[in-house]
Amino acid sequence: MARMKFLCDADRCIDCNACVTACKNENEVPWGINRRRVVTINDGKPGERSVSMACMHCTDAPCAAVCPVTCIYPTEDGIVLHSKDLCIGCGYCFYACPFGAPQYPRVGNFGSRGKMDKCTYCAGGGGAEASGSAEEFEKYGSNRFGEGKLPLCAEMCSTKSLLAGDGDIIAQIYKERVLKRGYGSGAWGWMTAYREDVEV
Amino acid sequence: MMPLARIRVFMLAITLLLFASIVPTIAQKLGPDGAPNPTASVTNERTLLKQAPRVEGRIDIPDKKAGVLIQPTGRTWEYFHEVLLHWGSAIVIVGTIVLLGLAYLIIGRIRIAAGRSGQKILRFKAFERFSHWLTAVSFVVLGLTGLNITFGKILLLPVIGPDAFSSVSEAAKYVHNFVSFSFVVGLVLITVIFFRDNLLEKVDIEWLKQGGGFIKNKHAPAGRFNLGEKLVYWFSLAGGVAVSVSGFLLMFPFFGTNIAEMQLAHVVHAVVAVLFVALILAHIYIGTLGMEGAFEAMGTGEVDLNWAKEHHDLWLAQQLAKENRQAARSATPAE
Repeated sequence: MARMKFLCDADRCIDCNACVTACKNENEVPWGINRRRVVTINDGKPGERSVSMACMHCTDAPCAAVCPVTCIYPTEDGIVLHSKDLCIGCGYCFYACPFGAPQYPRVGNFGSRGKMDKCTYCAGGGGAEASGSAEEFEKYGSNRFGEGKLPLCAEMCSTKSLLAGDGDIIAQIYKERVLKRGYGSGAWGWMTAYREDVEV
Repeated sequence: MMPLARIRVFMLAITLLLFASIVPTIAQKLGPDGAPNPTASVTNERTLLKQAPRVEGRIDIPDKKAGVLIQPTGRTWEYFHEVLLHWGSAIVIVGTIVLLGLAYLIIGRIRIAAGRSGQKILRFKAFERFSHWLTAVSFVVLGLTGLNITFGKILLLPVIGPDAFSSVSEAAKYVHNFVSFSFVVGLVLITVIFFRDNLLEKVDIEWLKQGGGFIKNKHAPAGRFNLGEKLVYWFSLAGGVAVSVSGFLLMFPFFGTNIAEMQLAHVVHAVVAVLFVALILAHIYIGTLGMEGAFEAMGTGEVDLNWAKEHHDLWLAQQLAKENRQAARSATPAE
């Protein structure tokens, strides 16, 4: 069974934000919600690295464990989906998430949070809507996974730094790259998300 | 040397020193084959996490908290909430109920030793009772809606199903947020109204020595409030302030706080709230089941004279003296 993961090769990422734009467009993500973002570490200094980050679809996802209404759950492929029908917008998943993936629309004054929104691995949503239907698209965004496709952010990456797909395959790709070019800053987030690292 | 030449030499020396100081930072680290090694000065996740608890960087979007790339403490917080808090709360709350049950079985309802006299005296005025009940009802509502977040999915969800449970929980979330305001108002009122009568006095030590009224043959003297009540007041004040401050931080998330501070606010809120619930369960027990003649103090405001004599004799003496003085004054013929 394939276990879907993300790997961002920080040594190739050029902070072009193509992944961010692709995700926003493909999933019609509303204004103010950012499912994917690029963070630049040590900006302007030697060793500057950019990393593209969205939901990592963790093993033993802490967001799923903490949810008071158990609206988040992992699928067979390791993709972490959630149901916006059950979500109460309490914000706990954001506190638990090591990667800041959950986003909430502002529905009221002060800190009022609406239904949580996050990267779905372009695999639709965890609610009752039919897979690939218009209702599902309206709530969760596109379901490319149901058509056998990978997330659009990785497909659109201009330098092929963001890899998505079966964890073993993308780890292998990354390893080969590091071996060939002689350097690599590691698989960012893998230890925290998947409890395993890519040996380079 | 001429002054101008001296200045030129000085400037040259400074420039050389500056270059010397920045050379190490731009020095190329070379690999074993003599070519520049780009990895040599690279940042990697492990090194960064050794230096700070989270990896943060620059981000372009206005949401500055998205600049936190990785905060592994999220998993620790999840462990706190799903394991430590669940077990801790269950032990504290169920344990308190068990202890109170035992107290009822062993000690039983503390009766008025001399029996009811049938005569009453005013203990709490209407405004005092209102303040107490405003806080009390708010507390119970906040407690139940708050506990739903921790225990709802274990106790209630299997009973009513996920859709109904989500509706209930969403309503509970809003109720919790809005009723918090009435709780704070009530807390402030109680703090101010009962402040002076809750200051610790020497008689409290004597009350404690005499067993606090729990030992049948001993008489424990007390003022308007005994040491037990005073402790409830001070713990409620401290606990109330802690949950209110942490609660407001949680209600206005990231208004000046970062992710670590929000997690801390939540931990404080949860731990203090659970202990507060245990305290109030004991308070409710002693004010209702645990002691005959206690509830009417907050219910109607008036208590039986014999109850007052047994449990708050100094206060009773002061009140009776005041009544006598007022009676004497009004008996004086008008001039």
